[in-house]
Amino acid sequence: MAGTADDTFLQIRDLTKKFGSFTALDSISLDIKEREFVCFLGPSGCGKTTLLRAIAGLDIQTSGTIRQAGKDISNLPPEERDFGIVFQSYALFPNLTVNKNIRYGLENQKISADKIKARVAELLKLVDLHDQDDKYPAQLSGGQQQRVALARAIATSPGLLLLDEPLSALDAKVRVHLRGEIKSLQRRLGVTTIMVTHDQEEALTMADRIVVMDHGSIEQVGTPKEIYGKPATSFVADFIGTMNFVDGKVKARGAVKVGKAVFNCDTGTMKAGTPITVAIRPEDINAQDARKSDDNLIDVKVLDMEFLGSFDRVELGSTVLGDTKLRADFSINLVRRKNLSVGSELPVRLPGDLIRLYPRAG
Amino acid sequence: MSEVTLAAARAVPLTKPKVGRDDWIMRGWMLVLAVFLMVAVLLPLYVMLSKSFENKAGDFIGLANFQEYFSTPALFLSAFNSLYLSAFSSILVMGIAFVYAYALTRTCMPFKWFFKLVAAIPLLTPSLLSGISLVYWFGRQGVANNLLFGESIYGPIGIVIGSSYWVFPHALLIVVTALSVTDARLYEAAIALRTSKIKTFFTVTIPGCKYGLISAGFVTFTLIFTDFGVPKVIGGNFNMLATDIYKQVIGQQNFQMGAVVSVVLLVPAVLAFIVDRQVQKKQVALLSSRAVPFEPTPSKGRDMAMLVFCSIIALGILAMIGMAQFAALIKFWPYNLELTLSNYDFDLANGGGWESYFNSIRMALYTAVIGTVIIFFGAYLVEKGRGFSFGRNAIHAIAMLPLAVPGMVLGLAYIFFFNNPANPFNFVYATMIILVIVTVTHFYTVGHLTAMTALKQMDPEFESVSASLKTPFQRTFIKVTVPVCLPAILDISMYLFLNAMTTVSAVVFLYSSDTTLASVAVLNMDDQGELAFAAAMAMMIAYTCGGARILHMLVSRVLITKTQSWRRR
Ligand SMILES: Nc1ncnc2c1ncn2[C@@H]1O[C@H](COP(=O)(O)OP(=O)(O)OP(=O)(O)O)[C@@H](O)[C@H]1O
Ligand SMILES: [Mg+2]
Repeated sequence: MAGTADDTFLQIRDLTKKFGSFTALDSISLDIKEREFVCFLGPSGCGKTTLLRAIAGLDIQTSGTIRQAGKDISNLPPEERDFGIVFQSYALFPNLTVNKNIRYGLENQKISADKIKARVAELLKLVDLHDQDDKYPAQLSGGQQQRVALARAIATSPGLLLLDEPLSALDAKVRVHLRGEIKSLQRRLGVTTIMVTHDQEEALTMADRIVVMDHGSIEQVGTPKEIYGKPATSFVADFIGTMNFVDGKVKARGAVKVGKAVFNCDTGTMKAGTPITVAIRPEDINAQDARKSDDNLIDVKVLDMEFLGSFDRVELGSTVLGDTKLRADFSINLVRRKNLSVGSELPVRLPGDLIRLYPRAG
Repeated sequence: MSEVTLAAARAVPLTKPKVGRDDWIMRGWMLVLAVFLMVAVLLPLYVMLSKSFENKAGDFIGLANFQEYFSTPALFLSAFNSLYLSAFSSILVMGIAFVYAYALTRTCMPFKWFFKLVAAIPLLTPSLLSGISLVYWFGRQGVANNLLFGESIYGPIGIVIGSSYWVFPHALLIVVTALSVTDARLYEAAIALRTSKIKTFFTVTIPGCKYGLISAGFVTFTLIFTDFGVPKVIGGNFNMLATDIYKQVIGQQNFQMGAVVSVVLLVPAVLAFIVDRQVQKKQVALLSSRAVPFEPTPSKGRDMAMLVFCSIIALGILAMIGMAQFAALIKFWPYNLELTLSNYDFDLANGGGWESYFNSIRMALYTAVIGTVIIFFGAYLVEKGRGFSFGRNAIHAIAMLPLAVPGMVLGLAYIFFFNNPANPFNFVYATMIILVIVTVTHFYTVGHLTAMTALKQMDPEFESVSASLKTPFQRTFIKVTVPVCLPAILDISMYLFLNAMTTVSAVVFLYSSDTTLASVAVLNMDDQGELAFAAAMAMMIAYTCGGARILHMLVSRVLITKTQSWRRR
């Protein structure tokens, strides 16, 4: 246990899951701290659900270990583990009322009837359903069903809460509302929570830390700010938010060359001549008032503008970049102030500390 | 190479899931079920198969029995008779069922509800009833025997008509289903392309339901091929395989030859079953595609023609059951046509008294209750069990088997297996228990498939949630699975009850003087020439089944109103 910090609640080591010859999870290692809210994020089929189900013991891994609260649970069946779970379908028992669904897990523990009643009332209040407890699931809206499922999952105060795309069956408005609800509930209860999602906005707004997955492996683990601001791989950079990718080369220590333009940025230990992909987010490209002899500045021409509400996504071309085009987000304010339209010319700055470099083959 | 894999295995120890308490309990139940299926299905069939390779003394003699069988023209002829008569009858039934089903699904013919109702009548009666009725219509003293132009009803003609009558609803059900799952867009396209009606029929309608038709054809063929009741009553000297088994076993006590004939009967039935399973898999693929339901449009000429056709068929069905009812109420056919209830005084008959009727009711109730419990819980273990997929697949495979085994074969296999004093289960022989076991087994597969379909429609995560809440699986089974699947459970028990009331083929070898049954009594009364008693007893079965159907409908309706607050739609 040398490398493990004391507050690690869930420790996953070399977890591999195979379906026949197909590897759905490839040697996953991950530590989750107590009271943390972690999101598994990734494209469809990357293995998020598989990992969650392995943690739950519903589909036990082919190899690897899982420890929860210091106890090795690697091979235990789900009923011998300590977790509550909410599925995308909610899996509410259709023939039981809201009240009976919530008390379902309490009833087979040795708890007195009074205590159960009090606990159910408390839970109903917690998820704001105290006037709905006699209804059947089919009589509730999607958002209400979701909250019943949540109440049922936390009724027995499990140490770990697992949520598999709990919001994906809901419409956009309810979804945004419930995000906040779930997050504040989780904070209040302090229950360690893992949520699977393929919605990056959901992950960015709710998670303490995000685990980005692709093809059965972890691409990056970090806080939303880290994931968004310092994507560790070009996959993460591409998957989260929007990103400009342009081909370039390391010119010298601290400088890269793209077309004829040279940008200053952190090149780390990369040697001069290394082919790289230079990445910058559209909102990090700044329009400048006048061309000063500042570095990382290029002259561009507006090729196309797409109105997206509070900002315009603008396509920029530049003689120094050759055929490469950049996308930049300019606020309505800026567009109005500078009277930008297709064909306008202006200088823009690509701040060196916001430029990310990724290795490129060939 | 093995060294490499070993090394890899050493480097990455595989996780061996711990078998939890629920898993142990489930496996325990699976073991119980496996033992039941072994004793009820596999072992008897095995013993029967091995008997066909033995002589009377019990020594292995290879294929000698089969050699004898195929070199005895009288025996061999029945195989031929069975094959071609079944083929002929199924083609006939299929033709009628197709037009009838077409009228019900694709036209605006009036009184559809009436025709649906009438078509279901044969399900309520033992297949023997059609034989008895035919005797009254076309027998030597029959009302309409001159319609046969001197031909005898006893023989192929009777068998074809009688068989067609009772298998009609079975065929109809499958064809109606196949015709219901069409895609209206295909017809819209045909109209847009100005395709003629006839051409549309052959290029759209027929291909769309061909799997259903093939499946219905095989089911019909197997039902007729393996049926015993109709040829027994109306076959006269015309021998069929199923009656041969009966004659060999009951008449001549030649069990070995009975076993041989059983094998000859079993082979085509199993083949038909295998083909049918393959065809049905394709049908499922068709079903799952998203289709727009077809709404028939009125067409005066066609609708009238269909009305005439369906009326003729419905009239035939009503004539069949009507004559049986009439015969049951007549004093002395054809001399004294006064009405009487004395034919219901079964205690005066030689074939079996009222006791056999009540035995049948008891047997049918036990079968319905016990059978439903075993079948549904078994399907639950197969569908919702965790891990141990070998055991679950094996149970599923054995559960599919009884559909392919003709009742006569199963009954004979039971004699061989259970009548052996060395068998620890010998004590059930000649009791009610063996009748219940054989009937549950005989009709196991359809119930199993019904249960599987219902269970598959349930959210697969109920069990996961229940495990996460540390609830034993039995509790979720009782509190959630059973209530949600109650309609299917009622259907299974109804199916078992009706079949237990009407079946003859398997039980005819297994009843004892204490456990005579109504359907067997019909057979024996007919044998003794007590045709009026036989008709009355057959009608008793029909009333009971009709009553059970109505009760089932009422209970289902109450259930749906009571639970509609939580059932969607
Ligand atoms: N029981 C199974 N048998 C075979 N392959 C499976 C099974 N379950 C999952 N897979 C495969 O494993 C991969 C990962 O599946 P998983 O359900 O974990 O994806 P996911 O990340 O949750 O995707 P989604 O966002 O679509 O839910 C997929 O390629 C899937 O096809
Ligand atoms: Mg998933």
